[in-house]
Amino acid sequence: MLLSTAEPMSATMNDELDDLEAEFEMLGDWEERYRHVIDLGRDLAPLSDTERSDQNKVRGCASQVWLVTETTDGTHLTFRGDSDAHIVRGLVALVLRLYSSRTAQDILAFDAQKAFDRLGLSGALSSQRSNGLRSMVERIRRDASAVRL
Amino acid sequence: MGFDVAKVREEFPILSRQVHGKPLVYLDSAASCQKPWTVIEAMSRVMESSYSNVHRGLHSLANETTEAYEAARRSVAKLIHAGSVDEIVFTKGATDAINLVAASFGQRLVEGDEIILSVMEHHANIVPWHFLRQAKGVVLKFVPVSDEGELDMDAYRALFSPRTRLVSLSHMSNVLGTVNPAAEIVAIAHAHSVPVLLDGCQSIVHEIVDVQALDVDFYVFSGHKLYGPTGIGVLYGKAEMLATMPPYQGGGEMIASVALDTITYADPPHRFEAGTPAIIETIGLGAAVDWLMAQDRDAIAAHEHALYERAYEAVRGINGLRVIGTAPGKGAVLSFTIDGVHAHDLAQILDRYGVAVRAGTHCAEPLMTRFGVTSSARASFGLYNTVEEVDLFVDALIRAQTFFA
Repeated sequence: MLLSTAEPMSATMNDELDDLEAEFEMLGDWEERYRHVIDLGRDLAPLSDTERSDQNKVRGCASQVWLVTETTDGTHLTFRGDSDAHIVRGLVALVLRLYSSRTAQDILAFDAQKAFDRLGLSGALSSQRSNGLRSMVERIRRDASAVRL
Repeated sequence: MGFDVAKVREEFPILSRQVHGKPLVYLDSAASCQKPWTVIEAMSRVMESSYSNVHRGLHSLANETTEAYEAARRSVAKLIHAGSVDEIVFTKGATDAINLVAASFGQRLVEGDEIILSVMEHHANIVPWHFLRQAKGVVLKFVPVSDEGELDMDAYRALFSPRTRLVSLSHMSNVLGTVNPAAEIVAIAHAHSVPVLLDGCQSIVHEIVDVQALDVDFYVFSGHKLYGPTGIGVLYGKAEMLATMPPYQGGGEMIASVALDTITYADPPHRFEAGTPAIIETIGLGAAVDWLMAQDRDAIAAHEHALYERAYEAVRGINGLRVIGTAPGKGAVLSFTIDGVHAHDLAQILDRYGVAVRAGTHCAEPLMTRFGVTSSARASFGLYNTVEEVDLFVDALIRAQTFFA
């Protein structure tokens, strides 16, 4: 499993982004990149049926995205997520690798758009309503703001 | 007269562009059509040479623009064979047209009155009626849909009661492609003295519609699905229906006289066209309608049908693929699901191969629920699509499936 809450806390979000960028640079054309994204989604532990609740649903249209937020130690936010579409699920996995087990401060300081630009996936965060990913990042930031308060 | 698809493609500038380095294969015409030069030029021309507000000026530009605007109304009347040009009301689109009828015709409805809709309706033909349910306690009844995607006509007959006030149904489904038996629908309703609204967004594009032959009371469609611009649509209403209906919105253009304590409304259609209309878009729609009427529409229908059949025969063999909507005589709309692959995934991969399809609920959630799916992919064909594009679509679909195997 690529995502783990036991991930070393020392790696910063930018370290993780560097790792992801290196991972994607090894991939050739768009087909390989998409296959890799789909594989990331396959490795993501699915949410349970009860966790796929309306409350955890992030606004989307063509596909659905769910996000579960947990704050175990009072400072770090842990996220788990899921989607009913493969590619979106892979993108959810990417977002979780970047954002899960981080402090609210780090989360709020991180520029998601820049990160996806670097990975050559900027289209993934487009404002198109069919994609729930932008809404997912917005919810992550909102939850982080709530912890920070 | 015949139909030469290669020649007609040259009239659509956008069709020569590429997407992700691949030639564009545009299979989303049921959502919105691309525009021919004649529409683009008509809209530019009015802005370049004779633009003005309509109806109220006495100068040359106002007269020229008003003439072009009203010529569009005559073209639309001719397209659907309306009895009079005054039966053509310009709206923002089909959605606006249905909202107009719901708000205006709906004023006379009271609690317990009934409206018959169907499970295959687009949200535009559901939500405005929900407003009446919420505001007045009007009861909505839905005609069920068979596994093939056809209206259950026996159930339809059985839905009528002494409280039925209106039937509002799709002429052709935007998801299933089913062409509903409009004349029969109208005849049954009229036997109960109930008027009928037909949502013609899809049917107007693919077949010759004669509102008088159908004897339909209201017929609505959008310009942008008819190779015309966005922001313009049509409400056809029988003269005797429109005459009894109060205005929908208030403003300029729609009044005969205004004093501080009294108002007299203009006659239809102007009664329903408050404010400065979408002048440029209306003229663009007129150009689209004139252009379409100059084509061999039977040949176009045969061409589109052949595209659909070719696509249907090819995708049937794909493992795990299920076509939603298999009614005989259906239009050129192919909705489908593939086991283990979300429609959103398919649309994204197909896009990388240059193929544009729709994915989602197609603004028809009750229909999705009826077929037990949360979403579907849809390839819809327009007159400019080719056999080669169908083959590219099928190849791309087979390749897309390998991503998720």
